[in-house]
Amino acid sequence: MYKHHHHACRSAIILAALGLSPIPALAADSADLQQIRQEIDTLRQGYEKRINELETRLQNAEATANKAEQAAQNAPANSAPSTPAAGGNAFNPEIGMVLSGSYSNFKRNPDGYRITGFAPGGDIGPGSRGFSLGESEVNFSANVDQLFYGNLTLSVGADDKIHAEEAFIQTTAMPAGFRLKAGRFFSGIGYINGQHAHAWDFADSPLVYQAFLGGQYAQEGIQASWVAPTRMFVELGSEMGRGKEFPGADSQRNKPGSQAVFAHVGDDIGVSQSWRAGLSWLRHTPQNRSQTDTNLANTNVTDSFTGTSNIVGADFVWKWAPNGNGERQNLKLQGEFYRRMEKGQLVYDTANANTQGDYRTAQSGWYVQSVYQFIPNWRVGARYERLNSGTVDYGSNALVLGDERFRPSKTSLMVDWNPSEFSRIRLQVAQDKSRRDLKDQQVTLQYQMSLGAHGAHSY
Amino acid sequence: MTKQFHRTAVLAIATASFFSLPAHAALRIVACEPEWAALSQELAGDKADIYSATTAMQDPHHIQARPSLIAAVRNADLLTCTGAELETGWLPVLLRQSGNTKVQPGQPGYFEAASFVTKLEIPTRLDRADGDVHAAGNPHIQTDPHNIAKVADALGQRLAQLDPANAATYKARLQDFQTRWKAAQARWEKEAAPLRGARIVVQHKAYPYLENWLGLNQVATLEPKPGVEPTSSHLSEVLNQLQTQPARFIVRSAYNDNRGAEWLSQHAHIPVVVVPFSVGGSERAKDLFGMFDDTIAQLLKGLQ
Repeated sequence: MYKHHHHACRSAIILAALGLSPIPALAADSADLQQIRQEIDTLRQGYEKRINELETRLQNAEATANKAEQAAQNAPANSAPSTPAAGGNAFNPEIGMVLSGSYSNFKRNPDGYRITGFAPGGDIGPGSRGFSLGESEVNFSANVDQLFYGNLTLSVGADDKIHAEEAFIQTTAMPAGFRLKAGRFFSGIGYINGQHAHAWDFADSPLVYQAFLGGQYAQEGIQASWVAPTRMFVELGSEMGRGKEFPGADSQRNKPGSQAVFAHVGDDIGVSQSWRAGLSWLRHTPQNRSQTDTNLANTNVTDSFTGTSNIVGADFVWKWAPNGNGERQNLKLQGEFYRRMEKGQLVYDTANANTQGDYRTAQSGWYVQSVYQFIPNWRVGARYERLNSGTVDYGSNALVLGDERFRPSKTSLMVDWNPSEFSRIRLQVAQDKSRRDLKDQQVTLQYQMSLGAHGAHSY
Repeated sequence: MTKQFHRTAVLAIATASFFSLPAHAALRIVACEPEWAALSQELAGDKADIYSATTAMQDPHHIQARPSLIAAVRNADLLTCTGAELETGWLPVLLRQSGNTKVQPGQPGYFEAASFVTKLEIPTRLDRADGDVHAAGNPHIQTDPHNIAKVADALGQRLAQLDPANAATYKARLQDFQTRWKAAQARWEKEAAPLRGARIVVQHKAYPYLENWLGLNQVATLEPKPGVEPTSSHLSEVLNQLQTQPARFIVRSAYNDNRGAEWLSQHAHIPVVVVPFSVGGSERAKDLFGMFDDTIAQLLKGLQ
């Protein structure tokens, strides 16, 4: 095995010698050439002799080295590229960036967007008209030490404010498949909730995420998760958090305002198919959650809710690629269903009437979507979604607030071009019927690019 | 409500334990690529349970971090991967999500084959404008049997370290493997002698180690940049180049899409050679020996 190595070395040395010799390629006369040939020959003979000597010495050394090798079994044989850069920056975290922007054309003005029949909260709506910066973000991550890993994602939102999308630490050395996470992080509920927006297959979040989770739910607290020692993938997780974001509300209590439990199972079907399914439960106990409702006189009023909010959900994703090789073709089918039940007291029109009454709702929503890569770099996708405003019982406030009873729906189609795994340009058209009597046509052209260290994407 | 939550969690854990793996004494090895699964098989025999995360029909650069793979990594005692950033698009997710501390980088349960060989094509410039470049050098080390032999030595030692009870078995199997390998290698080199100096076109820069070993001379690639699908304009350029500087054949791996290579083959009138690239990449490539048997046989066919 060493022999081969020497051949390579020898050729390299000869090549180097050639490179160093001054050869005026075209003008050289034959005498010059002759002289150069002789020089090279002398060089080569010299080197060959020395290499042969080295080879013998190496063979001798090999015998002794064999013993040492047995002891030093973990040391990589070749350490050439593994010399880390010295200096103060050597331990800098990995830095990745996502740049995203869009142009949108909406038939209806998105100002004051509200899904009919659903109390609005969080960052919802189709975005703004015209050109806008999408969710551009910077991510830093690294192992903290032998026990922890840290991750910070800062994003520039549509409002031009820098926002800590995620900022968490996570254990790396807990036994038996357990992990703990603390800080702000996307909750493990659902399927796409845990993903960053640039990993989504459509430009906007599904209506059901907007209606129930304010777009996407980030927990500020702790998460414990466990992967079971089973052949099939089984993961269980539980979270506790402050619950200050919709569907929660900030409070000055010691008790966590938000709790979540989720379970995921998944496996392969043969070599070409894989799937994951999950169940989630998210619970909040908001105090004085402010929400804008439209009263029977068709005026927007600010109400305040105190009580419990329970969201249960089911999600699945199935992926197919011939022989598991998605380079040319692949197909993805996913869907999520959620049901939200809220129960408590609602104060109507906190600014004026300020009347308190019982409040009880049971609402649901779902989406299904499929994305198909039909040739390398090109994908098409379709998404259909529907919400059901279900029942909203305002108790004694029923005199002023009416159950809006509406079934919002939306159909979206997209095509995207991915010249590499780091860039994507997407065109999306949607027919949005989430506002009563305001059918909207939405066209969005979007780019999403990632630069620098880019973490691998989860399933 | 909180009580209810706890009850749910307990119930869920109880349910999950139903699916539990049977208690297993064997070393559980998860190989990132089939060649390392095959090498593990050679060296560990029945002392290990071996699972390959990918097949030879898949591009090891682009693998989904599937739930089944997370579960496999969760239960592994040893990961045998190529390294050199080949698996950078999916392995980090598996490592993080599995919660398995034994197989994290730096642990004895994490084995990177590429760190035991001398790498070629270490870039002098790192820029994604150059395509899918690997800072550590070209990761496709398995196409040179010298590399396999070096990795075998290191892997044999690692197995003995992780499972000292069977150290003698691993040592004996390693010796036996190296003897057979050396003999096979001499045979391959003899058979492949006519290939020395042959000018070839490759689909992806996947074979520098093979070229270096057999003295093949790569003159063009179908991919305009590493990892970028062949474009028609680039293929035309390659065709033009071949008209003045001809090549003997086009080499692609079993998992590569055949269209670019077929187009060039028809227009340049040179054959396409499909090499297994990994174990399982062809009927004959049932193990590492078969993989090289078939590679040499296919390349020789290209000369005819």
